Amino acid sequence: MADTAELKEREQKLQGMGASLLRKEDARFIRGQGTYIDDLTLPGMLFGAIVRSPFAHARITSIDKQKALACPGVVAVLTADDLKPVNLHWMPTAGGDVQAVLADKKVCFQYQEVAMVLATDRYAAYDGAALVEVGYEELPAITDPKQALAAGAPVIREDIADKKDVGHGPRTHPNHIFTWESGNKAAADAAFKSAAITVREEILNPRVHPCPLETCGCVASFNKATGYLTVYVTSQIPHLFRTVLAMLSGLAESKIRVVGGDIGGGFGNKVPIYPGYVVATVASIVTGVPIKWIESRIDNISTTGFARDYHGVGELAADKDGRIKGLRFSALADHGAFNSHVSASKLPAGLFSICTGSYAIPNAYCRVDAVYTNKAPGGVAYRCSLRVTEAVYLIERMMDVLAQKIGVDKAEIRRRNFVKAEQFPYTTSLGWTLDSGAYHAALDKVLTAVDYEGLRREQAAKRADPKCPTLMGIGISTFTEIVGAGPTKVCDILGIGLFDSCDIRVHPTGAVIARLGTMSQGQGHATTYSQIIATELGLPASDIVIEEGDTDKAPYGAGTWGSRSTPVAGAAAATAARKIKDKARKIAAHLLEVGEGDLEWEIDRFKVRGNPSQAKTMKEICLVSHTGNLPPGMEQGLNAVAYYDPPNLTFPFGAYLCVVDIDKFTGETKVRRFYALDDCGTRINPMVIEGQIHGGLTEAFAVALGQQLPFDESGNHLGNSLMDYFLPTAMETPHWETDHTVTPSPHHPIGAKGVAESPHVGGIPCFSNAVIDAFAHLGVTHMDMPHSSYRVWRKCQELGVNKRPGDA
Amino acid sequence: MYPPAFDYHAPRSLGEALSLLSSLGGEAKLLAGGHSLLPMMKLRFAQPAHLIDLSLLPELRGIREEGGSIVIGAMTTEAELLGSTLIRNKAPLLAEGAAQIADPQVRYKGTIGGDISHGDPGNDHPALMLALDASFVLTGPKGPRSLKADGFFLGLYSTQLAADEILTQIRIPIPAAGSGWSYQKLKRKTGDFATAATAVQLEMRGANVAKVAIALTNAGPTALRAVAAERALMGKPIDGASLGGAARLAMSICEPAPDLRGDAAYKTAMCGEMTRRALEAAAARARG
Amino acid sequence: MAKLHKVSFKLNGKTVDVEVEPRELLISTLRERLAHTGAHIGCETSHCGACTVDCNGVSVKSCTVLTVQCGGAEVLTVEGLERGGALHALQQAFHEEHGLQCGYCTPGMLMRAYRLLQENPNPSEQEIRSGLAGNLCRCTGYQNIVKAVQSAARKLTAKPAAA
Repeated sequence: MADTAELKEREQKLQGMGASLLRKEDARFIRGQGTYIDDLTLPGMLFGAIVRSPFAHARITSIDKQKALACPGVVAVLTADDLKPVNLHWMPTAGGDVQAVLADKKVCFQYQEVAMVLATDRYAAYDGAALVEVGYEELPAITDPKQALAAGAPVIREDIADKKDVGHGPRTHPNHIFTWESGNKAAADAAFKSAAITVREEILNPRVHPCPLETCGCVASFNKATGYLTVYVTSQIPHLFRTVLAMLSGLAESKIRVVGGDIGGGFGNKVPIYPGYVVATVASIVTGVPIKWIESRIDNISTTGFARDYHGVGELAADKDGRIKGLRFSALADHGAFNSHVSASKLPAGLFSICTGSYAIPNAYCRVDAVYTNKAPGGVAYRCSLRVTEAVYLIERMMDVLAQKIGVDKAEIRRRNFVKAEQFPYTTSLGWTLDSGAYHAALDKVLTAVDYEGLRREQAAKRADPKCPTLMGIGISTFTEIVGAGPTKVCDILGIGLFDSCDIRVHPTGAVIARLGTMSQGQGHATTYSQIIATELGLPASDIVIEEGDTDKAPYGAGTWGSRSTPVAGAAAATAARKIKDKARKIAAHLLEVGEGDLEWEIDRFKVRGNPSQAKTMKEICLVSHTGNLPPGMEQGLNAVAYYDPPNLTFPFGAYLCVVDIDKFTGETKVRRFYALDDCGTRINPMVIEGQIHGGLTEAFAVALGQQLPFDESGNHLGNSLMDYFLPTAMETPHWETDHTVTPSPHHPIGAKGVAESPHVGGIPCFSNAVIDAFAHLGVTHMDMPHSSYRVWRKCQELGVNKRPGDA
Repeated sequence: MYPPAFDYHAPRSLGEALSLLSSLGGEAKLLAGGHSLLPMMKLRFAQPAHLIDLSLLPELRGIREEGGSIVIGAMTTEAELLGSTLIRNKAPLLAEGAAQIADPQVRYKGTIGGDISHGDPGNDHPALMLALDASFVLTGPKGPRSLKADGFFLGLYSTQLAADEILTQIRIPIPAAGSGWSYQKLKRKTGDFATAATAVQLEMRGANVAKVAIALTNAGPTALRAVAAERALMGKPIDGASLGGAARLAMSICEPAPDLRGDAAYKTAMCGEMTRRALEAAAARARG
Repeated sequence: MAKLHKVSFKLNGKTVDVEVEPRELLISTLRERLAHTGAHIGCETSHCGACTVDCNGVSVKSCTVLTVQCGGAEVLTVEGLERGGALHALQQAFHEEHGLQCGYCTPGMLMRAYRLLQENPNPSEQEIRSGLAGNLCRCTGYQNIVKAVQSAARKLTAKPAAA
């Protein structure tokens, strides 16, 4: 029997699951040797610059290319007319709509793509773009979604004016996209009628943007001789991208290769298929040379997939003790000018119906009405797991609203309504089965760690002191996430199931290469997937190479978004590894001349039960599997591929607490403390998880405290550069404290749930709740984000808390 | 993203620079640190046909003490100001202000002369110059002339600097020993322009104000000297009443442009708040 | 077409000679002429710092510097941090402290941190945060970047072990 020290040593050699293995990706990044899209140069490559509309809503009356074509370095100028022969001036979207690739006849949002100038270098391309002369006839613009469905409102989408349906049911108005609902309205209404307490708030989730540090771009390269198209692209979904390209271009999908290299952050911004990619591809097909298109930051913020823009109404009905009996949530969703965001086809409002949260709510109804406006298209993006940010923001805000109405502590109201540990698996009244959770334990751990009672006493003392220059607020968020899209019976994109895959090849000397259908944009897959396989196969993670992103090599998958990589592709990795292990067991039994049932697995080898000196390591089996010494009829090799269709989504959860101190006189909010406890089930690499939490919380902080995409009434962007769009620096960013519990997923092969979006989903309401809690004693029940110092000061001014003796 | 084409000149003497400026006239822009001008050119908001780079001119460098003043070459960078013991010791208001401009990289290139002559009410140096009662040496084809900071700033992007002149030197009379100073800048995040900012330089005699200068950043089309607030403080202690009065008087001259940082009411109120805090901090230093 | 200027400067210790239009930005010269793609472009308004390099002993945003201004300059980029196969203490520390995720801000952060530690070998946490205020990151939340700089500072200032 091997002693514990030896077992530990062997386990450590693997650096498998649970180890804070340092990342393999780092080696190239710290040397500046990453291969991001703009690092790529191909022979003969031209650079494309897009000409964009200055107006939010206008007819195009003329396009004059002459001056641009005469500009040194300019090779061609493409407009919608050049795309018409291949019927690509419009393209279908993942949302069931169509979107203009290059505007034909009219533009529907400011900065919409009108033409692409191709030139020998990027400076000349920008020169050319400045010289394209476009004539516009301005039209009145709709920027307020509440005006979109008014009688006589300007029609934005004349191209689909007579379409009664754009993929999600009947349209009631030319600017209406869909109405989606879930739950039992009659039961919910009845619960409200008979409730002792009801609360209602209008809650805005403002339009924001994921703004990864690298903008979107591609190099499209069509080889006229072979008919092969290669597109290097910043895409979180390489395989789906390839399939869509095949549908759009008419090229055989086997002659299209999509390559995702290193991506400088995604956060959902790099899921959609943007017009720039399509024009570059067509340009390459037409010219036969590679075309590079890299967007500017202003283009990125102004035109690529925004997030949120949900104008919500939250209602809860409860008994006198605050036990919720009914929930009614609705949202008016501003999708911009095209319904372009990814949404599983049966779920046009994504996973919004997770809005019952961590609570046992017997009657619920939710509804989303989506409309077009003269703004950029999008909606599902920014670490949202398909509208889960919107759903969780509503329920976590409303829990505080309810608590204040009844005068119950904000932690206590949650305890009273949590799904209890013994109630799992729990099917919510909106149809999701939460398969696991331990909400009370998580919240209690956080409250103890921060001395919650002490904080509330401090808050009371400060409120009683008129000289105190700050308002202290405590925010709580106890969220349940729904990630890991997803079971093919529940969701698909353009009909394609959201399974994922892993293809593992084991080499004779015990090294491994595994390819998966996901696509890291910084999440550390090369490290974490290798750890899963290391533990499963008993081979060291250092010898396991992970590849993603090249559709010629990687098995088909739906990419990385919605925290799905670990839940789906991670499961595929474990499944494929177990197929290999099963085969290895048979080989071991054959070598040791025992039955399979006589073997037990120990870290990195099979041992004969009762005769431990008789063992075969996986490493030895790797070599043998390539010889003739195999059980009769067995093929050589230790390889397997698994396509994993998850049986359910996963439900990571967490409990967060935030303490803020607001300067009464300037409205500035200082985050004094943020404590984040996350439960993502089995933890593959604690260091990587912690990094994801830090990043997600920082993005949540940015959203809650300052991000917005404001427009004027004509649809002009007011703050679309980094001058105004709030990206916090190291100075503003608070210090994060992280903690965890472990409640494994009952269906996932390694019990893991996915984690990267949790801090964003749970963080935003936590910050918001903290700011509003600071004013709660003055009767404030809600304040819309962003909680910028300007907006918070206005509240201070309205309440008169910033008066000093002697002030006018 | 990328500027249109232009011609570039790097004169090696002030005379050569002035000569180029005269001959190229309105087609040329002076290039100091470049961190206001180049971003505007990259967005094609400014499209000069010629840039005249001032970075090689020895006459525009250096920080020295001369006859009771600190003399600073206009091409001195913010980082050089921050690294100067002379400034830290004898005109610390300037150091406190410079430290709050933009970010470290911009401060290595951005110059005091560029910041002053750009005429942007959002820049910090104009208010600091007003509070320090500085003067500027403007050199043209006919030679140098000296103008006080007070009156130099005319309006949005408009100063007394003539089209054929170069700002060559900043002269700051050294404040008396025991003076107090503070630059309080409210911003949405570090590196942003001021939502509101106030520069205060003062001397106390006992518990009362003996001399005070209050200047406001981004509260109007130029930096503003809050003269009425200064007068109201003379001979008074710094306490709740005098602070409230000074803040109100400073606010009364504000006409800030509303933008995403806030509306006029907020910016004006913040001007009052920064004025109050700058006076308090300056007074605390003066006593200490 | 504007007149071309011949510019000669040192890049990571080696002399390079280029011929550029005045409007060519240093970032373009580094990335496209000299195949040094470590410095990245993240914006066009000089805010993000992803393009940060070291030039004549100071950190600069190479997207806001004209190559024609760099005649005779000593330019140091991330590609020059590793010497003789040995990683710079900062590179090692970023790796050990998990101070990077997507890697896009990393070259700029490293070059800025390099100059920060040259000028202030023992910075406090606050000095590190303000020293890096010109470099944006979307992935890490900065906390591990700060730890990495602190770790590198300790290594670089450590005295040799007593005999």
